[in-house]
Amino acid sequence: MDTQDEYQVDLGNLMAFDPFHHFTSIPSSREELVADCLSKGTELVQAIVSGIFNLPSTEDIDGPLVKLPPPTTKLPREKPLPKPKHPTRWEEFAKAKGIRNRKKDKVVWDEQTGSWKRRYGYDRVNDDADIPIIEAKMTDEPGVDPFAKRIAERKERVQKQQKNQLQNLKTAAKAGALPSHVQLAATALPITGTQAAKKKFTKDELGNVAGLASTATASGGKFDKKLRGEKPVKNQGKHRKFLPVVEGSGIGSQEKEQTERVLSKLISSNSHEILNVDKAVTMYNVNKERKRRNQYGKPSSTRNEHGKSSSTRNEHGKSSSTPSKLKPNNKPMKAKSLPNKGKGEFLE
Amino acid sequence: MLKVKTPKNRRVQRELEKRAPRLVEKGKKTLLLQGTKTSNVLNTVLSEIYHLKRDNAIRYTRKNDSIRPFESGGETSLEFFSMKTDCSIFVFGSTSKKRPDNLVIGRTYDHHIYDLIEVGVENFKRMDSFTYDKKLAPQAGSKPFIVFSGEAFESVDELKHLKEVLLELLRGEVVDNLNLAGLGRVYVCTAISSNRVFLTHCALRLKKSGTTVPRIELVEIGPSMDFVVRRHRLPNESLRKEAMKTAKDKTHKKIKNVSKDALQGKLGKIYVPDQKLGEMVLPNKSKGVKRERREAKKKNSTNEPASKKQKEDS
Repeated sequence: MDTQDEYQVDLGNLMAFDPFHHFTSIPSSREELVADCLSKGTELVQAIVSGIFNLPSTEDIDGPLVKLPPPTTKLPREKPLPKPKHPTRWEEFAKAKGIRNRKKDKVVWDEQTGSWKRRYGYDRVNDDADIPIIEAKMTDEPGVDPFAKRIAERKERVQKQQKNQLQNLKTAAKAGALPSHVQLAATALPITGTQAAKKKFTKDELGNVAGLASTATASGGKFDKKLRGEKPVKNQGKHRKFLPVVEGSGIGSQEKEQTERVLSKLISSNSHEILNVDKAVTMYNVNKERKRRNQYGKPSSTRNEHGKSSSTRNEHGKSSSTPSKLKPNNKPMKAKSLPNKGKGEFLE
Repeated sequence: MLKVKTPKNRRVQRELEKRAPRLVEKGKKTLLLQGTKTSNVLNTVLSEIYHLKRDNAIRYTRKNDSIRPFESGGETSLEFFSMKTDCSIFVFGSTSKKRPDNLVIGRTYDHHIYDLIEVGVENFKRMDSFTYDKKLAPQAGSKPFIVFSGEAFESVDELKHLKEVLLELLRGEVVDNLNLAGLGRVYVCTAISSNRVFLTHCALRLKKSGTTVPRIELVEIGPSMDFVVRRHRLPNESLRKEAMKTAKDKTHKKIKNVSKDALQGKLGKIYVPDQKLGEMVLPNKSKGVKRERREAKKKNSTNEPASKKQKEDS
């Protein structure tokens, strides 16, 4: 018994493992090594054999049979676990309603012939093919072959069943639980371009196409005759509109305003960069000085010599300290270059 | 449109059912194949492994130039072969200057590579080179014993992996019933150093020992070789978890009222239903001793013959 504890024995795989064995002295030659390994192997096999021969056995013609325990060594699977069978639509319904299957006899008493017959299959009860005469009724439509009608109905039933079967298989395939022998294959393979399956257009797509067609004239469909009940075009694309570049009143001035709006936005966002603080301060000081002088007395001619332009502007009453203030001038395109040109200048 | 495609005959259907996943698996098939360059040694190794596992192995003998199991993209055709042949273990042999006599043993899960281990073959001795009593030669397809020895199989990661792969490669089919007369061979694997494993194939000689358990002797019949572990790749954790699922953990049902004890063994609990004394049948309640009858008997004891007469009248 102590050998059983020392070794790990897996009877299901007929495997034994000695996790403590190591060579006390490394064998010098190959023969020695092999002999060493074989002697160890013999011990281990003996452990398995004693385990097996002590299992209850039954006599057979070929020899004693023992029932092996299942393997204990955990090994990975080869394939994923099989998925449970997907219920069909009927099975789901029957479960919800609590309908249970009852066993039916395979053979049924046939009253017509007075004998036992199969329920389904060859030579079955109530077989349509056995009835040679169908009695006409008052309600029958004239000109309809009752036999052909019966066959057609039967075909329809079979077709419906096939459709249901396919639907069930499709849902099973979605759940990944298709029976192993069944494959779902595309019937018409698009091998060549002409054989591609026809695409069904949606209502939206059709509407879009109709809209495109109706506006595909020079006038954008404005003067076309409308059909009765024709709806206005959905999702009509945007048309770009350009403002006149030529100056003028009304729409002509709109263009100017637009450019100005863009420009002032640009400049206002960058104004702190354009402002030169030193220059602004000196400018302010100069102005202040000049004002003070004006207050004390009329400027003398000598002083006027170097401040010619500024003094004349002052007389107009407007502050002229901003030499290049951006005004809504008449040439908007020229104003565009101002931010570069005006750098380092004081702006209000 | 979709069409249901079912096999046209039973033979094909049986074949497909064999390949379907099952709850309890019965061992894996082995695919033996080689790369563009093989050596004489490798050819013999592959053909002898095939010979030993003839019942569930497939041998491909053509050169395969697109198989490089350890490289990304080099496993596609291997996975395809695994799918085609329904094999889940493969042994791929190739030789190069860098890795002479190289064997890549790998397993697949759901026809995708699960793990790989690469070993070099050294000191190979072929089957023909062993001389022994031919009466001892084991039967083809008999279930072999497998023994592993050496602490390196537990302490070294690569060898632990190799042990698992070798076990799966060599063990053959999982069986329920075993014929004791059919036992005849054993694979002996010994870890010589931390990366070297000695593998040999032996026949068993059963000798009388006086008890029911026979005494065992091993006779080396070959092939024998050394495996030197080179590269290996373990499965990632999520894949391993997925692959280790068994049917047993799914249908584990709790058994009520049975417990196991180390000292007393298997113990069961029995619940005795309540005794309903009111409904119990008392032992002395036969018809003859009923109270009313006794009283009536006493009453009628005086005119017993009269009553008899009455009966006669009616």
